Amino acid sequence: MNRQRLSGWGRTAPAMSEVLSPASEEAVVDDLAQADAVIARGLGRSYGDAAQLSGGVVLDNRSLGGIGAIASDGVVTVGAGVSFDELLNVAIPLGWFVPVTPGTRQVTLGGAVAADVHGKNHHRDGSIGDHVLEMRLVTPSGVHTVTPTSEPDLFWATIGGMGLTGVVTTVTLRLIKIDTDKVLVDTTRFACLDDVMAAMVAGDDDYRYSVAWVDCMTRGASMGRAILTRGEHATRRDLEATSLDAPAPAKLRVPFNAPSGLLNPLSIRVFNEAWFRSAPAHREGEEQSLGSFFHPLDGVGDWNRLYGRRGFVQYQFAVSDAEAECVVRAIERLSSSGVPSFLAVLKRFGPANHGLLSFPFSGWTLALDLPVGPAALPEVLDDLDEMVIEAGGRVYLAKDSRLSPGSVRVMYPRLPEFLAVKDRVDPRHQLTSDLARRLHLVGR
Amino acid sequence: MENAFGQPQNVVVLGGSSDIARAITKKLCAARAHTVVVAGRDQARLDEAARDALDYGASRTETVVFDAEDPSGASAAVGEAFAKAGGHVDLVLVAVGRLGQQVLDQSDPAAALRMMNVNFTWPVVALTEARNRLVAQGGGRILVISSVGAVRVRASAYLYGSAKAGLDRLCLAMADSLEGTGVRVQVLRPGAVRTRMTEGLPDVPFTTGVNEVADTALKGLSSAEAVIWSPPLLKYVYMVLRHLPGPVWRKVMDR
Ligand SMILES: Cc1cc2nc3c(=O)[nH]c(=O)nc-3n(C[C@H](O)[C@H](O)[C@H](O)COP(=O)(O)OP(=O)(O)OC[C@H]3O[C@@H](n4cnc5c(N)ncnc54)[C@H](O)[C@@H]3O)c2cc1C
Repeated sequence: MNRQRLSGWGRTAPAMSEVLSPASEEAVVDDLAQADAVIARGLGRSYGDAAQLSGGVVLDNRSLGGIGAIASDGVVTVGAGVSFDELLNVAIPLGWFVPVTPGTRQVTLGGAVAADVHGKNHHRDGSIGDHVLEMRLVTPSGVHTVTPTSEPDLFWATIGGMGLTGVVTTVTLRLIKIDTDKVLVDTTRFACLDDVMAAMVAGDDDYRYSVAWVDCMTRGASMGRAILTRGEHATRRDLEATSLDAPAPAKLRVPFNAPSGLLNPLSIRVFNEAWFRSAPAHREGEEQSLGSFFHPLDGVGDWNRLYGRRGFVQYQFAVSDAEAECVVRAIERLSSSGVPSFLAVLKRFGPANHGLLSFPFSGWTLALDLPVGPAALPEVLDDLDEMVIEAGGRVYLAKDSRLSPGSVRVMYPRLPEFLAVKDRVDPRHQLTSDLARRLHLVGR
Repeated sequence: MENAFGQPQNVVVLGGSSDIARAITKKLCAARAHTVVVAGRDQARLDEAARDALDYGASRTETVVFDAEDPSGASAAVGEAFAKAGGHVDLVLVAVGRLGQQVLDQSDPAAALRMMNVNFTWPVVALTEARNRLVAQGGGRILVISSVGAVRVRASAYLYGSAKAGLDRLCLAMADSLEGTGVRVQVLRPGAVRTRMTEGLPDVPFTTGVNEVADTALKGLSSAEAVIWSPPLLKYVYMVLRHLPGPVWRKVMDR
C-alpha cells in the first residue's frame, strides 16, 4: 500500500489515493484489471483535481520512461512518463525541439496529450495533438494503437480527454529542427489592453511564437497595460557563435510554504509595477535562451508554494475573435472587484483540432493566477463563467478546480460524443478522477 | 467533490433542521451543493429543510430520522446518511444540539444525562463513524458547530457549555490526528445567534443572525483555520474574556 496525499499545482482540495507505478504496458494492463476506479498522473502540473482520485488508484506514469532514437525526419517515440525536460535534454543537442511546449518543461508527454497542451505558437502550429502520430493506449477493453487514421474517434477522444479514455503508455510525435538553442525576441510595451490586442491581431502571423503579459491590477486609462514578446528560433546565420545546449535545471527552490497573505493586492501591485518598468518600450532581435523564452518560471522550483497554504487557482478561458470584448470585460471585472491577480497571459489561438474535449479554438485566450482567499473570488469566477458561456467560449479543464457541472456541458458541447467513445472502451467507467466526479463528466 | 474554494457538492447534515444548519445548507446549495442528506429528529421539519435545499439549488435531497438522546443509534444514522448520499461525501456538517434550560436541568440528573447525550455523546459517536468513512474515501471535510460558550463555560449554561467544550476540544485534537489523511475537521464557534433556540432571550453583545453565521462558515471552509469564529471579532474578545478573574467574569457573563 502506497497511500499518498495528492493535489494539483494549485495545491487546493487534496485527496488520498493509492499510488502505483507500473513500469510496463503489461503492468498497466494488470493494474487496470484490478482497480475499481483509476486515473493516470504525470508530474501533477495541472492546476486542479485532474490527476487525483480520492479513495481510488492513481497510476504514476513516471515509471513509463524511455526515449527512442530520433529519426531523420524528427519522428520519435517516447514513454508517456518522460518529461519535456528529459526529452529536450536529449533532443536539443541533436538539433531538435518539441513542436509545442507549455510554459513549463516539468510536464510529461502523457499529461501533455491528455490536456492537448498549447504553447506560444498555437496560432501557427496548433496544439500538441496536431503533432502526435501515434499513441499506445491501455483501456479496460484492451490495448490500442491509436493514430489519427486507424482509430480516429479514440485518438481524438484521448487527445484532450484528461486521462478518461485510458492510460497512454507511449507517444510518437514529430519534433522540429532547430539550428541553435537561441530565440530572437522582439519586445514591445503597451499602455493599455486595446493597443496590445490590436498589435497582436495585426502582427502575430509574422511570428512563430507570441504571448502578451497583461497587468490586471491597474484601472482607468492604463487598464490592462501589457508587454508583448514575440520570437523565432535563431538560425546559424543570425548568430555569431552558436550552441545547442539543453536548458539548465532550476537553481532556486521555495523551501517552505509562504504565509497565505504574502501575495496580496499591494505586493502584487508592487511586483507588477517593477516588472512593467523593467521591460523596454521596444526592443528587437534580442537573443534569449530556449529556457528563458519558453519556460521562464522553471528557474524557481516549487514556486506554487509562494501562494501559501490555501493555494491558488488559475482561470484560463478562450473566446472567438468576434467576442474579443469578453477579454476586456473579464479584466475589468477582476480589477474592479479588487481580487488580486499576478500577471495574466494573453495569447491568440489558431483553429481548433478534432479533439472532442480539446480547449483551444480560433480567437483569444487569457490565463490568470488568483490566490484563494478573497471572499469575492468564487462568485467573481462564477460570473466570468457566465460571461464566457454567453460569448460561446470555454474554460481550460487542465487549469480548472472550480467549474460547475452545468457550465462544462455548455462549454464542451462535444461531451456526448466523447462519452460515446468512452462507453465503448471503458463500459464500467473505471477511469475517473476527482475532476471528472466534480464536473459529472463520467458516471462515477 | 469539493472545489478549490472548499465548496462541497455532496453534503450530509446531522441536525439538519436547526436554524444555523439550514442557513449554512442554503448557502452551500447556492454555491455548488447538489446532493444534500438532512438528518434529524422530526420528519416534518426535515422535509422543510430539504425543500429549502432544493429551492436554493440542490438537485437531490434525502432525509434520515434519528434521536440524539440515544447515542447507540448514532453510527447507524451516519451509515444511513452516507448510503443515501451515494458516492463521495464532501462535507459532514454536525449541528446536533440542545440549549436546554439550565436552571431546571441542573438539579435533574436525568436532564443532565440528556444534555450530555445530545450535545456530546451522540455527536462524538457520529463523528467517529464519519471519520472512518471519510478516511476510507480518501478525503472530506467535517464542520462541527460548537459555541463561544465552549471557550469558557458560564454558570448560566454550564451543562450546554461544558458538553460543547468537550466536543470542541475533541474535534480540535481529532483534526490533528487526521493530519495527512486528506480529512479536515473544523469547528465553528458562533456567539449568540437569534434562532428558535434563543427565542425570547434578550440580545447580548455580538448577537448575529443565522445568515451572518452561515456566511462566516462558508468563508471558513475555504480557509485553513481549524476554528471559525462568528462574528470573527469574537476571537479577540475571547482572548480577553477567557482570562478575566472569576469575580469579574461572573459579573460580565452571568448578569
Ligand atoms: C507553470 C505552468 C505553466 C503551464 N503552461 C501551460 C501552457 O502554456 N499551455 C498549456 O496547455 N498548459 C500549460 N500548463 C498546464 C500543463 O501543461 C498541463 O496541465 C499538463 O497536463 C500537465 O502535465 P503533467 O504531466 O503534469 O500531468 P498531470 O497534471 O499529472 O495530469 C494531467 C492530466 O493528464 C492525465 N494523464 C497524465 N498522464 C497520463 C497518461 N500516461 N495517460 C493518460 N492520461 C494521463 C491525467 O489523468 C490528468 O487528467 C502549465 C502548467 C504550469 C504549472
